[in-house]
Amino acid sequence: MDRAQALRANAAGLAKADYLGNPSTLCKGCGHNSIANQIVQVAFELSLRPHEVLKLSGIGCSSKSPAYFLGMSHGFNALHGRMPSVSTGALLANHTLHAIGVSGDGDTGSIGLGQFKHLVRRNVRMVYLIENNGVYGLTKGQFSATADEGQELKYAGLNDYPAVDLCLEALAAGCGFVARSFAGNAKQVRELLKAALAHRGTAVLDIISPCVAFNNEDTSRKSYAFGRDHEHAMQDLGWIPPQEEIVIEPTEPGEARVVGLHDGSKLALRHLEAGYDPTNKRMAAERLLRAEVEGEFLTGLIYYDPSRPSLAETTHVGEAPLSSLPDEALRPTPEALASVLARY
Amino acid sequence: MTTVETASPDVGDRSPIVNDFSLVVATANGTGSQTANLTLLRTFFQMGIPVHGKNVFPSNIQGLPTWYHVRVSEQGYVARKESELLIAFNPATLDADLRALPTGGVAVLRDDVHPTVARDDLTVYRLPVKKLLEVSTAKGKVREYLANMTYVGVVAWMLGAPLDVVEAALGVQFSGRRKLVDANLEVVRAAFDWANEHLEKRDPFRVAPMNATAGKLLMTGNEAGALGSVFGGVSVAAWYPITPSTSFVDALREYLPELRRDEEGRPTYAVIQAEDELAAIGMVVGAGFAGARALTATSGPGLSLMAEFSGLAYYAEVPAVVWDVQRVGPSTGLPTRTSQGDVAFAYRIGHGDTKHAVLLPSSLEECFEFGWRALDLADELQTPVFVLTDLDLGMNTWMGTRFAYPDEPLKRGKVLTAGEIEAHGFARYADVDGDGVGWRTLPGNVHPGSAYFTRGTGHDARAAYSERSEDWLENMARLARKYETVRARVPAAEVDQVDGADVGVVYFGTTRYALEEARDALAAQGVRFSTLRLRALPPGPEVRAFLEAHPTVVVLEQNHDAQACTILAGEFPDLAPRLRAAAYLDGLPYTAGFVAERLRPYLTAKEA
Repeated sequence: MDRAQALRANAAGLAKADYLGNPSTLCKGCGHNSIANQIVQVAFELSLRPHEVLKLSGIGCSSKSPAYFLGMSHGFNALHGRMPSVSTGALLANHTLHAIGVSGDGDTGSIGLGQFKHLVRRNVRMVYLIENNGVYGLTKGQFSATADEGQELKYAGLNDYPAVDLCLEALAAGCGFVARSFAGNAKQVRELLKAALAHRGTAVLDIISPCVAFNNEDTSRKSYAFGRDHEHAMQDLGWIPPQEEIVIEPTEPGEARVVGLHDGSKLALRHLEAGYDPTNKRMAAERLLRAEVEGEFLTGLIYYDPSRPSLAETTHVGEAPLSSLPDEALRPTPEALASVLARY
Repeated sequence: MTTVETASPDVGDRSPIVNDFSLVVATANGTGSQTANLTLLRTFFQMGIPVHGKNVFPSNIQGLPTWYHVRVSEQGYVARKESELLIAFNPATLDADLRALPTGGVAVLRDDVHPTVARDDLTVYRLPVKKLLEVSTAKGKVREYLANMTYVGVVAWMLGAPLDVVEAALGVQFSGRRKLVDANLEVVRAAFDWANEHLEKRDPFRVAPMNATAGKLLMTGNEAGALGSVFGGVSVAAWYPITPSTSFVDALREYLPELRRDEEGRPTYAVIQAEDELAAIGMVVGAGFAGARALTATSGPGLSLMAEFSGLAYYAEVPAVVWDVQRVGPSTGLPTRTSQGDVAFAYRIGHGDTKHAVLLPSSLEECFEFGWRALDLADELQTPVFVLTDLDLGMNTWMGTRFAYPDEPLKRGKVLTAGEIEAHGFARYADVDGDGVGWRTLPGNVHPGSAYFTRGTGHDARAAYSERSEDWLENMARLARKYETVRARVPAAEVDQVDGADVGVVYFGTTRYALEEARDALAAQGVRFSTLRLRALPPGPEVRAFLEAHPTVVVLEQNHDAQACTILAGEFPDLAPRLRAAAYLDGLPYTAGFVAERLRPYLTAKEA
């Protein structure tokens, strides 16, 4: 970014530079760095107030990346596969925070699959990003559970097992916002991020994010070259702020459609695939399964259903975060103690 | 083959035994006897007599044998004691139960069972349960449950408990629901009247009113701990069901809706049943990091799963409270039997170098007090605090003194406001006060300098990633200072030092009941020793002083590997040769007789 852009302030009075984190220690060209950059850009464009954002992650290359964006926001780099439970607890304590969780395919698809599915089930309000590259990077190139069956890698050899499709898993667990994207498609990543931040529930973004060190051969379905050549975007996406008027020009082959998001903003979808309805769960599941069979690399908003209550709503907690309750709200009175003890 | 008949031994001339016996009710699991047992317990309690109820039950929903022991003790002893009175309502264990009775004991049998054991040294009463139930119109399962009320009636007759007190006890048991009280009372009365008419009192056991339960209550340790936690401001509880801790969370879920709502009636708390114990403690750590008081309750197998997060919370310095209601391990072990087998594990839980604050309550009062205090300590010390009770304390019904309201305000620990950051700056892990505990900030703090990145990886004073040896050493040195702060803040041991005693006994938790009864009995024989009741780890200076004052210190604990003894040896290596391990665990709470025999080899009689 040039200096002038870096210093221009947004509605929160902050410049883009204010949303940066520490310099990345990931490999040059890693898809995760690109995603971190999009998070910075989106936070700036949305004028997020850093103190209202909470960054969370598990363990792995992906999970290091919250250190590389939004340096003025609190962060919790938790345990391998356990980011969902930490997020759940933190957001029970303070449901007013915008939580951005960053996980990887090992963190979510293997060691943390259980916690991931239960987070989604509870509909904890957060953006759950999976930086999905099909391999373990820090341990030097083992297959992850999202690697394609039959794939061969120099270190790991042949992968004998079918890939776990994390969008399908999210869908099956009751997720109301399921999207897939490609780190090489920066605009789509940004638009999906904005919509995900507006969603009052768990928004899962499975972003194919190539690993330049261990899984970027042109033949790999998690490589930049494959993504560029085969990405099949289901929609052109445009996020629209709450105040803005919507003007959409329908174009063939798809028709334009606008979905309202929880905070009053909207997401305009110009369908590139005739007949696909992202609010139809069965269609979403069938489309994902077909993509798997036909080897397609689908991106876009796969499923959207804003109707399920978030965990904060299910637990009926009041407006004030539990973390901000004054002492007198925390400790009942001596009379209350006497009244309970009278029963014993 | 001889059968036991309603005949009785010649015990008519025995002097009465008043308010000093133990009664056991043998039933099958799932037959609804708990209400009857608690009614008996409460009846004696309402008569002003010290009581205690212990359930010895199987890991089973229905059918396996279960025994409920009621100890009645004028002197207030509540340890397990072999029972002299048996209510034999389980045909499957009838013979074994009869064999277990001491000479002069009493057995109440249904008239439709036929034991093969010959005991002419017992008083036996036979009870026509089916006939007695004719007064009731209840059907099916309810009728089966009501059958237990027949023994309540007979025991009331046998011991001389007034029916109006039984009625009052039923009132408490059924929370005053009149219809239920009447339906049960009807059967109790029928049995009482029948016994009065048809049985002749031939045993020496009696109850007589006392005034020893004024200001007292009957409760379980899990209820007391949960209530204490509510008065400590717990706002998030995450858990996974496991015996014997489940009733802790059940109690929380009873108290919280009543005690914690905002002006609009909305809850100011959240209780989440997690998918497993990994997630349960993960939620607690997340909530603690974000500034809400949070706890989980579990038992050994669950604690095993919590090792990973315990290490993280220790090193990232996040407040958390873990209640471990101990049961017998290793592995699934004896899932419904009591133990003190998690002491060493909880104390060191986590890989690498971790030493935790462990609280060791022994009574209802301490469960309540440590309930709120643990949440204070976790916030003050920014670390996980483990509260170790056991199945015996957690699930059984104990007598306690009405709890005192917390005598200190809530202690929220070192949390910086935006203004304080502006004035003084902020470095998360800097030891500003020299006590090893840094200042923290909560997410949501508006100061641009408030954010930090919490991590389990090596970090410097500003929470930045670091693999520098100097940073690592500095951090560990600070954690060592913090450990000394923990030592100074956790509850001190209770010491009873006897002048001139060469032997000291260290114990903790529910071991106190048998130990203290044994101590009195041995003292009556002129055998005296000092005692120290640990109430927390790490052990404080008073523990060192106790070891220095006694050439022989016996550590009595309910496990096999002498876990607390080993911890003390590690904490005070120079005094370790004085320590003697007296660990023992068979799944049952200790009796005073057992403890006296266990200690005797170390003790010598001294002229009083």
